[in-house]
Amino acid sequence: MSGVLHDDYVPTTRAEKWLERRLPVVSLLYGTLMIRTPRNLNWMWVWGIVLMFALIGQIATGVVLAMHYTPHVDMAFASVEHIMRDVNGGFMLRYFHANGASLMFVAVYLHIFRNLYYGSYKTPREVTYIIGILMFVLMMGIAFMGYVLPWGQMSFHGTSVITGLFGAIPFVGEAIQTWLLGAGAVGQPALNRFFSLHFLLPFVLLGLTFVHVWAFHTTGNNNPTGVEVRRSSVDEAKRDTVPFWPYFILKDFYALAVVLAVFFAIVGFMPNYLGHPDNYIPANPLATPSHIVPEWYFLPFYAILRAFTGDVWVVMAVDWITFGIVDAKFFGVLAMFGAIVVMALAPWLDTSLVRSGRYRPMFKWWFWLLAVDFIVLMWVGAQPAEGIYPYIALLGATYWFAYFLVILPLLGVIEKPTAPPASIEADFAAHYDPQTGGTKQFAGSPAE
Amino acid sequence: MLKTLALGAALALTGLPALAEGEGHVTDYAFSFEGPFGSFDTMQLQRGLQVYTEVCSSCHGLSYVAFRTLAQPGGPQLPEDQMRAYAEQHEVFDQTLADGEGDFRPATPADRFPHSSLPNAPDLSLMAKARAGFHGPYGTGLSQLFNGMGGPEYITSLLHGYEEPPACAPEDFEGYYNVVFQAGGFPEECKNEEGEHTVPGSWIAMPPPLADGQVEYADGARNDVEALSHDVSAFLMWSAEPKLNTRKQAGLTGVLFLAVVSVLLYLANKRVWAPVKAGGRPLGADQR
Repeated sequence: MSGVLHDDYVPTTRAEKWLERRLPVVSLLYGTLMIRTPRNLNWMWVWGIVLMFALIGQIATGVVLAMHYTPHVDMAFASVEHIMRDVNGGFMLRYFHANGASLMFVAVYLHIFRNLYYGSYKTPREVTYIIGILMFVLMMGIAFMGYVLPWGQMSFHGTSVITGLFGAIPFVGEAIQTWLLGAGAVGQPALNRFFSLHFLLPFVLLGLTFVHVWAFHTTGNNNPTGVEVRRSSVDEAKRDTVPFWPYFILKDFYALAVVLAVFFAIVGFMPNYLGHPDNYIPANPLATPSHIVPEWYFLPFYAILRAFTGDVWVVMAVDWITFGIVDAKFFGVLAMFGAIVVMALAPWLDTSLVRSGRYRPMFKWWFWLLAVDFIVLMWVGAQPAEGIYPYIALLGATYWFAYFLVILPLLGVIEKPTAPPASIEADFAAHYDPQTGGTKQFAGSPAE
Repeated sequence: MLKTLALGAALALTGLPALAEGEGHVTDYAFSFEGPFGSFDTMQLQRGLQVYTEVCSSCHGLSYVAFRTLAQPGGPQLPEDQMRAYAEQHEVFDQTLADGEGDFRPATPADRFPHSSLPNAPDLSLMAKARAGFHGPYGTGLSQLFNGMGGPEYITSLLHGYEEPPACAPEDFEGYYNVVFQAGGFPEECKNEEGEHTVPGSWIAMPPPLADGQVEYADGARNDVEALSHDVSAFLMWSAEPKLNTRKQAGLTGVLFLAVVSVLLYLANKRVWAPVKAGGRPLGADQR
């Protein structure tokens, strides 16, 4: 944990000293829990804990579900019904698990947008950010494969559509698709391997979680001002921070309890609301549902995939330049993955020297437009590709790319940022004026 | 409750697109199991079981439901002996009989209801959940969220959605005209120049299954088509979600418990932070 001030663990008893010389595990735990954390973190900094808790919950429920599930095309659907009807508490386990995926995506999107607003991706936290994006992509893969397992209508036909995307890759696409599915079409080999991977990959995600935490424990947390903790003296550093325990553990747990109360209400009272009714019909390759729609958390990217149709001039131009190698279908696939790639490149595309969006008057507007854009894309992704919807999707997708590729680089040059506070301590004091006994002050910007 | 409040909001926001594209009207019937505190009405489930047995079961199966669950709490709760007698009315194929040749034997409580006897008749076990969005993914959403409408409302509406076919349809058009069913055949004659449907619903293969007074209830409950449809829909909701009562209890317990925990954590958090917010030094490591 170089660079970040923290109190070293000092073993006092003989037993502690004995263990510390052999395996400094207590030291490691102490260093992690007592890490100095900027004292001005706001409520948007709670989503990491929610994600970590949700991931562990998903693994715990998932392992038990796997004990009762059968990855076979003739038995998968019935084994899920067996879980719902015969396994003790099985219906709760499955509803926790199915809605837990939604909880993770709610949390991860809020986590990502918090990061984009406060510039957490900027130097020196690029590695934390890139690992985070990798985790996000991995999460999408895990969720997708998990949705296949109940082997309902939407599982089957959704898988056919999504794995069909790989088939759009020129020359090698079909071979890749066959290799992924283990057959020419979605069937037993695909179901069995998706089950295997759906079991394995969450542990990889858990491993990446530790790397993600390790990375930001090395650089220290960002904070709403984007001003770094002062490190010129121990005293200044201490005035900018508080130890993670007990301050942020309590705060995060409070937030977690509130989030979980909402989660329990959804699981208890409307557990199927976020799913598709069609998935309660056993998979039937011969009967395609009239509308195939992915789960809500994929919709923004699904909208981008569908936005670039063959009659968009950019697509036509690329098609012509590449002699038809990049056709409309492949262009859509590239756009969908590209939407995540441009997001991953944000640390190098954002030219502004001011980290937090709080002190960037122009950036704020563009950021909130991006947030609205994300919601619009999510909505339009669920609409049929007819009438006005494709135009809305195209507009939304274009803005997504424009934000990262044009607006972020330009803003750094043309924008006049306001002055951030001199220190985290000053920001905190401005919010909680010591003179009034710590009452929150809403007026004005920090004194300095 | 929340439902009525949200209904106003939904109407104001969206005008509820339930009737778009000539969709049939699904009536928002009241069911005892709606809302966070709702639970199944045992007597209604028993009546629904009777309707299923006397009418639906001649074509439709219920193959995910075990007979023993008819006696479980939160369901029709038949007495043990009645449940056994009910199971014995059915025959199941048992591969272990006749030296591995297999033979039919009377069903035991551990067996499940038979599959559909008619190849085109869908199994009804999960119908109430599979039709929660009425007609595929687009139907889900607002009416479900704001009105609490789902599969049971749809099934009830469909079962008494049969009407005289409209004048535009040819006499010999296959199927039975139903104003709620969307996925059936539709005659070209009833479409306008843009190909839009001029009448709601479509033609369903299933003949009208229920008639007024068709099933005689022992308790003398109302037995017109609407009442019969309502009872059998409640039963099908149970067959799709037999643990609904327990689930809602668990949800309520969880929410209440977490609400208390939230308050405690809120107070603890406030207390711990108070000296820091007042400009003091944090606790713990700093004091060393």
